[in-house]
Amino acid sequence: MLREGEVRIPSGCAIAAIIDKKGGMINGAEIIKSIALMHDRSNGLGGGFAAYGIYPEHKDEYAFHIFYDTAAAKEACEEFLFKHFNIDVAERIPTRKIAAISKSPDIWRYFGKPNRVRMKNARLDEGEYVMQCVTKVNASYEGAYIFSSGKNMGCFKAVGYPEDVGEFYMLDTYNAYLWTAHGRFPTNTPGWWGGAHPFSLLDWSIVHNGEISSYDANRRYIEQFGYKCTMQTDTEVITYLFDHLMRHHGLPTKVAADVLTAPEWTEIDRMEPEKREYFTRLRAIYSGALVNGPFSVILGSNKGLLAINDRLKLRSLTAATKGNRAYFASEESAIRIICPEPEKVWSVSGADPVFVPLEIAQEEGE
Amino acid sequence: MSVNYIPRRFDIVRDNERCVQCGCCVRQCSNECHYFAEGGKIVLADASACVACHRCVDLCPTSALSIQKHVCDYRENANWAPQYQQEICRQAQTGGVLLSGMGTPKPYPIYWDKMLLNASQVTNPSIDPLREPMEIRTILGRKPRQLEVDAAGNPLGEMPPQIILETPIIFSAMSFGSISLNAQKSLAMAAKNLGTLFNTGEGGLHPDLSDYTDYAVVQVASGRFGVHKDYLENARMIEIKIGQGAKPGIGGHLPGEKVNVEVSNARMIPEGSDAISPAPHHDIYSIEDLRQLIWSLKQATQGKKPVSVKIAAVHNVAAIVSGCARAGADIIAIDGFRGGTGAAPTRIRDNVGIPIELALAAADARLRDEGIRSEVSLLAAGSFRCSADIVKAIALGADACYCASAPLIAMGCHMCQTCHTGKCNWGIATQRPELTKRLNPDIMHERVENLIHAWNHEIKEMMGGMGINSIDSLRGNRLMLRGIGLSEKELQILGIKHAGE
Amino acid sequence: MKRVYAKEELCLNCRLCEVYCKTAHSHSKDIVTAYKKEEPAPSARLRVSGDNHLSVAINCRHCENPKCVEACITGAMTKDKATGIVYVNESKCIGCMSCLAVCPFGCIQTGSFAVKCDLCRETGEPACVKNCPNRALVYTALGGEQE
Repeated sequence: MLREGEVRIPSGCAIAAIIDKKGGMINGAEIIKSIALMHDRSNGLGGGFAAYGIYPEHKDEYAFHIFYDTAAAKEACEEFLFKHFNIDVAERIPTRKIAAISKSPDIWRYFGKPNRVRMKNARLDEGEYVMQCVTKVNASYEGAYIFSSGKNMGCFKAVGYPEDVGEFYMLDTYNAYLWTAHGRFPTNTPGWWGGAHPFSLLDWSIVHNGEISSYDANRRYIEQFGYKCTMQTDTEVITYLFDHLMRHHGLPTKVAADVLTAPEWTEIDRMEPEKREYFTRLRAIYSGALVNGPFSVILGSNKGLLAINDRLKLRSLTAATKGNRAYFASEESAIRIICPEPEKVWSVSGADPVFVPLEIAQEEGE
Repeated sequence: MSVNYIPRRFDIVRDNERCVQCGCCVRQCSNECHYFAEGGKIVLADASACVACHRCVDLCPTSALSIQKHVCDYRENANWAPQYQQEICRQAQTGGVLLSGMGTPKPYPIYWDKMLLNASQVTNPSIDPLREPMEIRTILGRKPRQLEVDAAGNPLGEMPPQIILETPIIFSAMSFGSISLNAQKSLAMAAKNLGTLFNTGEGGLHPDLSDYTDYAVVQVASGRFGVHKDYLENARMIEIKIGQGAKPGIGGHLPGEKVNVEVSNARMIPEGSDAISPAPHHDIYSIEDLRQLIWSLKQATQGKKPVSVKIAAVHNVAAIVSGCARAGADIIAIDGFRGGTGAAPTRIRDNVGIPIELALAAADARLRDEGIRSEVSLLAAGSFRCSADIVKAIALGADACYCASAPLIAMGCHMCQTCHTGKCNWGIATQRPELTKRLNPDIMHERVENLIHAWNHEIKEMMGGMGINSIDSLRGNRLMLRGIGLSEKELQILGIKHAGE
Repeated sequence: MKRVYAKEELCLNCRLCEVYCKTAHSHSKDIVTAYKKEEPAPSARLRVSGDNHLSVAINCRHCENPKCVEACITGAMTKDKATGIVYVNESKCIGCMSCLAVCPFGCIQTGSFAVKCDLCRETGEPACVKNCPNRALVYTALGGEQE
C-alpha cells in the first residue's frame, strides 16, 4: 500500500485550539480533554498537537522534531543536520509506553541555529534556509522525517487517537500559551506517523478538517515558488500558502486569510469601491491560492492563532472567548468541557476569519 | 462537355409525396442545386454542387428533403482512399493548392474524449449550483507577482489593465471579410450581453460595431489590415496574431472578390484587391522583435489595453509560450491544430501543428516550472465542442477558451467546410448581400447567448459536482482529470493520472 | 392598430410566408393537404415580390379609410370597428372585384370571391409573421394602439 505522500488520501477530522493572548500558560491536559471529547470524529489513524512557548530556554533556536525509521536514517540525517546547523542539544523526546500506541519510530529532537557560513554561501535568509533544509531531508532522506522545525514551539503527533497521542508524548508535562490539536479520520491509509497532523513548517502549524477540492490548483500554484508538496495533504499545501504569502510576500495575517477565503464575487460587487478594489485585486492576483471545498483550518504561529472556515460553511468550527483565552473546536461541546461558561460563543463564518494575535509577540512587520 | 473525374458527394432526396413545389429550396440554394422544371410545375435537383449545408432541408416547410452520402464505390484500397484520388483529380484539373474551410476533419486523437472528470462522494460534498453561488467569473491580464499592501492592508500602486469576463468562454477571431458583418455583429451583441469578448480577426473594425468596442479584441496580424490608432483604442484587448491553429506557418488570403466596399474600408485596402497576409510579421523575425511590437502597441494605447499574443500549437509550443510571456505578452492564446478557419490549404490544415490539449498542458506546465504562470493569462483555442471540453481545458490550465465554430453552428453553420467559396447559404462566411441578409443579428445574438448560457450552466453543474464553487479552483486542477485509454507518455504530457489511479 | 410590416433588408425571398398563409387559410391546416388535395385550392393572401437580391412581402395595410370597403357593392368588405381589420365576408361577396380595382397596394386577389389578408383574425397571430424564418415580418403597432 502506498503511504501518505505517495498517494493523496482524503480524510475527515476533529480540530481544537486554545490560546492565551497574554501569554499565560496552559497545561497540555486541557487541550487533550477538549480533543478527547470528539473521539468519534477520528478513527485512531492519526492524532497530534502543536504547542507554542514550550521551549523558553531555547527560544532563539530552531527545535527540530524528527521521526527515524532506522538507525541508518538517523545517522544520515544527523550528518546533514550537524553540517547545516550548530546543534546544541540532541535528545530523544520523552514518551510514555502505552498500550494504544505501538510500533513507534525513534523520535528525536534537536535545538540549534543555522550554520552561518553555509547560510551565507547559500544566499538565503534564515527562514528560507531552514525551510530548504527541512524540505531536503523530507524529500531525500528515506526513513527520516522532520515534523517540527519552529522556534519555541513543537509538534507532537502519532498514529493513534489524539488523547492517546497526548498521553504517549506526556503532554501533561508541557505548558504552552497556544495549543492546537487534531484527530484524524483518514479514509484510506496504512497509518504513517509523518502523515498525522498538525503539519508544521518553521513556526507554522496547521490543523485542518475537510478535504479541499482546490487541492491540485493550490498545489500547482505554490509549487511555482520552490515548495514541493511531498505529503499531498491539504494541511501541507495550506501551510505553504500561508508561508509564501506572509513570509515571501510580506502580507499581514488578515490579508493572507482574505486570499485563502476570499468573498464571493456577488458580495465583492456590493462592497464600497475601496474594498471592492482590494478584493478584486486580491482575487485576480491570487486566484490560485483561493481555497475551495469544505475546510476549517486553525493556523498556529508565534504571532497568534488564525481560524478560517470555507466560504459555504461546509465544515463546522466554533469559537469562544473567556478572559484572555480564546477557544476553538469542531464542536461546541469540546470547548464547554474545558470552559463551561464562555463569555462569547460563535460559529466561525467563511467570510470572517478570526485572528487572535499574541500580545506578547512582536508587532507584525517588525 | 469535359469529363468530371470526381463523383458527386451527396444525393438530394426529395419526397415527392410531401413536396408542394413551393420553390423555397430553389430560391435558397446558392449552389443552384434545385430548379423548377416543366414550366414551374415541378422541382428537381442536381446534387453535383451540393455541399450538404442543409439550408434547403432546414427551410423546407414540409420536411420533404434529405441529403444522403452519394455512394459510388471505388475498388477497395486501404492506401489509395477515394479522397486522395479525388483530390488528385481536382488538382489535375486546376493546378492549384487545395483549399478547405473549418477545422480538420481527419480522425486524429481528440484528447477531450480521453479524459474524465471527477465528482465528490462522501469525503467532501458536491455543491448544488442552483442553491449555492457558483463562480465562473474570469479575469484576464498581466498580474503583478504579488499584492502590495501597506501595514493596514490597503493595496498600493496601480494594477495593470484587467479584463473581467462573466464566463470563461470568449469568441475567437473571425474577421469581417471571412465572415459577414451580420455574423460579426451577432457575436458582438452576444459578447456584450454575456460579459465576454469577440474578436475582429485581422479585418479591421466596421463602424457599425462602434457600440461594442468594450467587448472587442482587435487583432494586429501580419497584414496589418485596418490597424490605426483609433482601431487600437477602440478595443478591450489587442491581440498580435502570430499564427492560427488551422494553418500554422502561413499567412492568409482573402480573395479580391470578397473585398467589397465595406470590407475595403474596414481593412483600409483598395476595393477588389486581394488581401494577403504574409506568413510571418515582417517586423518580427525573433522574440526580441515581438517584445518591441508589444511595447509599441502598449505605448500607442497608454498601457491601457492588455496585449495578447496568439500562436499556433506547434511542436515546441511550451518554449514559445514562455518566450511570449517574457516578451511582455499579458495574455497568450494557443490555437490547436483542430481549430477552424475561413480558408486554409488542405494539406496544412490536415498535417501541421499539434492538438490543443497537449499544447496547453505542456505550456501551462512550462510556465509553472518557470514560476510565471500566475502572472499571465493563458487562452486555449482549437475546437471546443461542448462545455465539458471547456471544463477539461480549464482543469488542464487554461484561463479561458476561445470558441468560434460552436457559436457559428448556433448561427446556422452546418460544417459543410466550404467557407472559402464565399457562397455560404447561412449568410456567415460570405459577403454576398443576398446571402448575408439571411443572418439576422437580432435572432442570432439570442441563439449564441442561449448557447453560452447553456454551457455556463453545464460548467457550473460540473464544478459543483467536483465540490468547487469558483472557477479559480478549477484552473490547473489536474487531479480533477483522469485519462482513459492513454499511454504513459500521453498521461505524462497531460500531467494527469489514469482512471483508477 | 397592429399591422404586419415587412423588412425588405431581411427578406430572404424564401416565400414561406406564402406557404404558411395559404395553409392557415385552408380547411385542413396541413401544408401538404392544402397544396395537393383541397378543392377549391386555398390561396395565399400575401405575395412576395422581387428576387433573391431584393424582395418584400406585400400584404394588406388595413387602411384607416379603406378604398376597398368604399367600393364594395354588397357590403362584404368590412372594417372591424374594434380591431381595425379589413376582411371579406365571404357569404356576401359576389366576386365583382371592384375592391381589387381600387386597392392602391394591389393586395387583393381574385378567386370565386375577393381574397385578402385578414391578419389571421381567428387565431390572433398572423401565420406569415409566426413562420418567417428571419423575422423579416413583424406584427406591431408602429404609432401605438390608437393609430
